[in-house]
Amino acid sequence: MGVEGIGARVLRKEDKRFITGKGRYTDDMSVPGMKHAAFVRSPHAHAKITGIDVETAKKMPGVIGVLTGAELKADGIGNLICGWMIHSKDGTPMKMGAWSPLATDTVRYVGDAVVIVIADTKGQARDAAEAVDVSYEELPVVVKTAEALNEGAPQLHSEAPGNLIFDWDIGDEKATNDAFAGAAHVTKMDIVNGRLVPNAIEPRATLGVYDAGEDHYTCWTTSQNPHVARLVLSAFYNVAPENKLRVIAPDVGGGFGSKIFIYPEELICLWASKKTGVPVKWVADRTESFLADAHGRDHVTHAELAFDKDNKILGLKVQTIANLGAYMSLFSSSVPTYLYATLLSGQYDIPAIHANVKAVYTNTAPVDAYRGAGRPEASFVLERIMETAARELKVSPAELRRKNFIRTFPHQTPVIMNYDAGDFDATLDAGLKAADYEGFEKRREEAAKRGKLRGIGLSCYIEACGIAPSAAVGSLGAGVGLWESAEVRVNAIGTIEILTGSHSHGQGHETTFAQLATERFGVPIESVSIVHGDTDKVQMGMGTYGSRSGAVGMSAVVKALDKVEAKAKKIAAHLLEADEADIEIKDGNVRVAGTDKSLPWFQVALAAYTAHNLPSGMEPGLKEGAFYDPSNFTFPGGCHICEVEVDPETGVTEIIQFVAADDFGKIINPMIVEGQVHGGLAQGIGQALLEGTHYDDTGQLLTASFMDYTMPRAQNLPSFNIMTTETPCPSNPLGIKGCGEAGAIGSPPAVINAITDAIHNNNLTMPATPQIVWNAIQAAK
Amino acid sequence: MAKVELFVNGRAVTGEAEDRTLLVHFLRENLGLTGTHVGCDTSQCGACVVHVDGRAVKSCTMLAAQASGSTITTIEGLSPNGELHPLQVAFRENHALQCGFCTPGMIMTSVDMIRRHPNGLDEATVRDQLEGNICRCTGYHNIVKAVLDASDKMGKGAVKAA
Repeated sequence: MGVEGIGARVLRKEDKRFITGKGRYTDDMSVPGMKHAAFVRSPHAHAKITGIDVETAKKMPGVIGVLTGAELKADGIGNLICGWMIHSKDGTPMKMGAWSPLATDTVRYVGDAVVIVIADTKGQARDAAEAVDVSYEELPVVVKTAEALNEGAPQLHSEAPGNLIFDWDIGDEKATNDAFAGAAHVTKMDIVNGRLVPNAIEPRATLGVYDAGEDHYTCWTTSQNPHVARLVLSAFYNVAPENKLRVIAPDVGGGFGSKIFIYPEELICLWASKKTGVPVKWVADRTESFLADAHGRDHVTHAELAFDKDNKILGLKVQTIANLGAYMSLFSSSVPTYLYATLLSGQYDIPAIHANVKAVYTNTAPVDAYRGAGRPEASFVLERIMETAARELKVSPAELRRKNFIRTFPHQTPVIMNYDAGDFDATLDAGLKAADYEGFEKRREEAAKRGKLRGIGLSCYIEACGIAPSAAVGSLGAGVGLWESAEVRVNAIGTIEILTGSHSHGQGHETTFAQLATERFGVPIESVSIVHGDTDKVQMGMGTYGSRSGAVGMSAVVKALDKVEAKAKKIAAHLLEADEADIEIKDGNVRVAGTDKSLPWFQVALAAYTAHNLPSGMEPGLKEGAFYDPSNFTFPGGCHICEVEVDPETGVTEIIQFVAADDFGKIINPMIVEGQVHGGLAQGIGQALLEGTHYDDTGQLLTASFMDYTMPRAQNLPSFNIMTTETPCPSNPLGIKGCGEAGAIGSPPAVINAITDAIHNNNLTMPATPQIVWNAIQAAK
Repeated sequence: MAKVELFVNGRAVTGEAEDRTLLVHFLRENLGLTGTHVGCDTSQCGACVVHVDGRAVKSCTMLAAQASGSTITTIEGLSPNGELHPLQVAFRENHALQCGFCTPGMIMTSVDMIRRHPNGLDEATVRDQLEGNICRCTGYHNIVKAVLDASDKMGKGAVKAA
């Protein structure tokens, strides 16, 4: 490894603009004639729209346009869709209710968009939005996940009787029942995984510009995947054909999944720009983000785990109700199915698994992928029930896990996934050692003397990243392929541009992707630039989510680098009159191995472009593209250990230490990976201790601001003790597994296992706020 | 409309704004200083922190008219000669930023924190004093490291440098 190559802690190239205030986010964009939009949103969770009066609003100062869903429909703009088809166990396709970008006859959650107002200033747009008079006839409301399927529950969509979107099965039910029949012990649990609001600190925003001269649209938007946005806006919503629509995702201030999806607002602003003849910008305020960004999680589960007399797992049964909110967001159906139930085998050799998932509509914001997307829910179920089983069986939670670890690879689970590599003993051992697990009982005794309840909890998680082999996901219902693309352009003086379909919104691609070229050609990292986030600049790509930028995006770069290297070597062999096989590229020079014959890198690049002396028949230029379609998911895994002290008087939990030992395969830049883990842990610990999303019985979101929804702040978190082990991933050229979601997947069960260990009450819901913990302590007395 | 006169990043500026215009919007929209960000609407996230007469202020808690007559430093004014402020350097060297959206506010808050603690800082104090700045990417681990690092490096000279 060089100082700037693979494995080096290279400081980020992109930092300079962010630390000096020169980052360019969507809200920083401005174009001549630009106007500002505000949305009129439903104040009711469920209501019929009986009238929309826009006349007063239209006469307000500065108002350019007040547009409704009826006009949108008349212009042929399509409904929003979910792009992943799930079939119920009876073979019927999922039942998707219509989602009009602007509601025309019924609103189904508080925040449902009804009217867009466009005015000279943001303030004027808001004033006029206040003056729009929408008449509603309120309808009965269903909010709670567990109540959506109740007989007599209010109906959201006529397409989905009983609010049931799908009733989906995975695994072998009969084999699982048979396994349970011979069990020596069965642990049973009801487990709730609460709803979360992603809350990237940059609110969603969009700027839609219609150019009448070219009949062309430009959409600046806060997106993790601008090409997917363009595809969906073109192919499904009929905004414009792809060649007439440019989507730009400039600097994006965090995504965590919430910026994958195509929302009503960007679609409406594009349409409204043509309709009104002015560029239209919309920026969500934070309350709009709470109301109308896709939320995460929200599962209610019953799980049963069967053991034989030697404490080996025989089988797992899981029944889950997944709340998808009022409408099916773009990838919502995949989250509680193929991203959840396929991970229920965890790190364990489980002979039989059966899971049933019922997805339901409720009068709440749509739910879709949020950091980890399904895998945190799976991990929470399995790692809570493993810890609980260990307590019931009166064995060490660490040893019960170890006894059941998978140790031979590849390993086919009963739920589709084929694990290719891993060493679960290694991460468990590293975690136990770092946490001084053996010394815990002494610390517990010492804490008790101070009147504190000390507890320790483990979680040994696995996840699936690198999403995903296109043919595989296609067979499972995905509407798109999930490959990635790259183009490597070597310029005439040897500088390099890498165009990638991956999108960086905090992950540091401008550095890590450049490290690949630096490693390959020995050129300084300053001479490598990464181009991403603009459909006019970059070839079609699939974007960033599911920790796929390394495993899939970088693999595409590697393929393109291979091609560039091969051509450069041919050119150099010709110029140096040597055999191509003898050419090596090192430290910025291209040389004949074992001789002093060499050329600087730039001269080879220059030769490719002057084309004065190329091998016979060779095309000029040094630029290659590649598409990479993975052959398998990747399987990061690890061991997280949390140690807490609870004050029995107040119920306040303090995290004394948090250890994360993760196996991410090959690591390109340890500094960036550590940052990803820290952030994931904060979100996971936030879920465990702080973040609760509360709708009241009428469907009002009570936690719709940072005053009400508890975001993790610096004083809520400890410094983390993190480390990695490495078993390279065999399915991609760099051996990368992915690291973006691990922290959010592994940590919630570790925290809850620690608290329940401390308070001797296993019945504890997230977020474990002081009130909830205090009540649980009282209940255990 | 209110007349607003400010001294921003070493330059006198004058402008007109609706009475209800917040300082953050005046900086962003009238002056084009888009390094100061808006991340919430309840003065909780701290993405909009600037210095008003040398002290860290959430620029969404102040009307532009109310700030008239003040000296303002934004993130763009922190390194006037192109030489990075020690906190900017520390944020980069400690990987204390990912998406960068909270970063300007974090840095402006931290500059003021170090100014107020010329004898140095400890982890607990830094965590406590970052209460008004929310980051969703970093888990704060490296932000805390960066502030401590800068505080150490700035040492007794912290008051002057800040």
